[in-house]
Amino acid sequence: MDLLNALVALTNFVIVPGLAYGSQLALGALGVTLIYGILRFSNFAHGDTMAFGAMVTILVTWLFQSVGLSAGPLPTALLALPFGILGTIALALFTDKTVYRFYRQQKAKPVIFVMVSLGVMFIMNGLVRFIIGPGDQRFTDGERFVISARTFKKLTGLDEGLAIKTTEALTVVTAVIVVAVLFWFLNKTRTGKSMRAYSDNEDLALLSGINPERVVMYTWMIVAALATIAGVLYGLDKSFKPFTYFQLLLPIFASAIVGGLGNPLGAIAGGFIIAFSEVTITYAWKKVLTYGLPDSLAPDGLVQLLSTDYKFAVSFAILIVVLLFKPTGLFKGKAV
Amino acid sequence: MTDTMKHTLLFVFVGVMILLEGMTDVLFFSGSWNSALVILNMGLISAIMAIGVNIQWGFAGLFNVGIMGFTALGGLAVVLVSTPVIPEAWSSGGAGIVMALVMGALTVVAAVMITKFMPAGRLRALVLAVVMIAGFFVYRAIFDPSVSSVEAINPALQGNIGGLGLPVLLAWPAGGLLAAGAAWLIGKTALGLRSDYLAIATLGIAEIIIAVLKNEDWLSRGVKNVVGLPRPLPYEVDLQNDPSFVERAASWGLDPVTASTVYVKAGYALMFTVVLLALLWMAQMALKSPWGRMMRAIRDNETAAEAMGKDVTRRHLQIFVLGSAICGIAGAMMTTLDSQLTPGSYNPLRFTFLIWVMVIVGGSGNNFGAVLGGMLIWFFWIKVEPMGILLMELVTSGMAEGSALKAHLLESASHMRLFTMGLILLLVLRFSPRGLIPEK
Repeated sequence: MDLLNALVALTNFVIVPGLAYGSQLALGALGVTLIYGILRFSNFAHGDTMAFGAMVTILVTWLFQSVGLSAGPLPTALLALPFGILGTIALALFTDKTVYRFYRQQKAKPVIFVMVSLGVMFIMNGLVRFIIGPGDQRFTDGERFVISARTFKKLTGLDEGLAIKTTEALTVVTAVIVVAVLFWFLNKTRTGKSMRAYSDNEDLALLSGINPERVVMYTWMIVAALATIAGVLYGLDKSFKPFTYFQLLLPIFASAIVGGLGNPLGAIAGGFIIAFSEVTITYAWKKVLTYGLPDSLAPDGLVQLLSTDYKFAVSFAILIVVLLFKPTGLFKGKAV
Repeated sequence: MTDTMKHTLLFVFVGVMILLEGMTDVLFFSGSWNSALVILNMGLISAIMAIGVNIQWGFAGLFNVGIMGFTALGGLAVVLVSTPVIPEAWSSGGAGIVMALVMGALTVVAAVMITKFMPAGRLRALVLAVVMIAGFFVYRAIFDPSVSSVEAINPALQGNIGGLGLPVLLAWPAGGLLAAGAAWLIGKTALGLRSDYLAIATLGIAEIIIAVLKNEDWLSRGVKNVVGLPRPLPYEVDLQNDPSFVERAASWGLDPVTASTVYVKAGYALMFTVVLLALLWMAQMALKSPWGRMMRAIRDNETAAEAMGKDVTRRHLQIFVLGSAICGIAGAMMTTLDSQLTPGSYNPLRFTFLIWVMVIVGGSGNNFGAVLGGMLIWFFWIKVEPMGILLMELVTSGMAEGSALKAHLLESASHMRLFTMGLILLLVLRFSPRGLIPEK
């Protein structure tokens, strides 16, 4: 029995990856939940918006790398991120103007909006594949580890190593900053307050002179920024492949719904709930248990509850349970 | 011009396109009857899927984006019904697997019973958790050894439970039944949720079904694929070695190779047409019947229909199962046509969202519209690529030879498919939201 090593192994294989993945999902789910709160539809194009933002950032990163610009130990992509955000904001506003606004004026049903977002999803997906291709792109550079497994072992003298990738640390730090700024914006600024008012009660907000088009415009800008940041962080941490981003749609939706659609706080909680359940259920616990339990109880098998390919099933099962027992989500979301 | 004429002309247009594909090789046509028949066959299958989706969306307003899953289940049915029986697999682990699955099902039933009959509270949660966890471990304890013994049998070719060795045509209705069963389970839990929740739930179900097919090697050989599935029609090679067939081909002025390939594909086209017409007739009859009117009433105003005493959730479940069964039949037909099951090739963009484009473009609520949309959009799905290359060659003709941009543009032309489909969908939704053949 070796509790210290068990703890380190747990941190290394479950907690750190779960935190990073959870932050990425939370940022994605925030975008989905804001669209739902303000524009009142489930945006199926969100995964591909993330892919588009990441793609613009990657292209600018490559430009910077080719002229020798770098952020030292941090990935160059951080310098390129603002350009990615600007590009995605431009695309989002353009899509809203050419596509969504028409249906808003028509007061179309939410399901029509969802269908329209399917069309937008196809177009963005095609656009990304057209520009950067369907393959895998790696654009991470700079220092690979904040602390590598070997340094950790040397420092502490333990058998188990703890490795924290720069991208993981960066993901969590960025997510905290972004969320703090977002909540400050929503709670303290005039625009943020008008957005919340519009989300809570559209008629009352209109009555008190809030300009809906302005609210929608700000929403798209914020959503585009969030999507780009989430997309870039995910791409830095794993790798960039357009189809993977499309598949992220499911865990992101699950996060947003589990937390309560339309509730930003819920989206963050949902992101971490989904991420940690995916990681814990698909992780092979043999190592941790071998350290943590007395020798006589040490497991023979891998103690993996489900194979990694079933991670969708995990987010989905949680989603169904929450929908059946608490349809508005854990934190009170809206049910339009 | 009357509506009937306009709609007939649209069908004639699709027919002419497919004929042109066979006859000439100008522009984006390939001038091969084989390629024309390939497009026709998949077009017919797409039309059947579109009917299935149209029943759910057009009749009842259910937003199902899990079509891929039901299609794949249809494909699985082909494997389970038509591949030869593997007695060793059954004797070594088959019984164990079945027992494990029954145990798993019993656990779920027990859990449902507990939630239904025990008073809510901490005790119920505790009992529920104990039953679920114990059930899971018992299931794994029986399941894992059986699976590894089944997978150990001749892993290069089999390693799965095998099938029933029945004629492959039986797999088509079986595919429908399998999909219907899954749809019933899903509908029981997910129907009654709001429309976009149902969409997300079905999206997830489809991913899970594909994940099961990819990973449960004992069932479908996973990503190793099941190839060489039995066919309802003779093999081309056998035809080419059959003197009477070669003679007949020669009397038509065809060489044996072309004649045999065209013969087989035309045979499939005939079978698919029969199924399509049968389903179309049934769908039309259902639409016109009091049942169809009730469905549309529910779609248009659920509250009013409920006030009239209609059980909305039950009717939704019914139509969800029916539509999904049709998608399952189409999936089984597709796997028969390919004579292989490749779980890795199922992609929601192609198998779910493309079908949706077909239904919307064709005209939701109208069965003929769904058929037209299926055939037309499938033709474009195949032909957008050569069209894109043609367009790109035109655009880049003025550019310097060997420039990087030109190379990139020519190379990416093949990705224009998704972009074009999105554009078509948005244009139809905006300017003709009721589709090419609108609901009456």
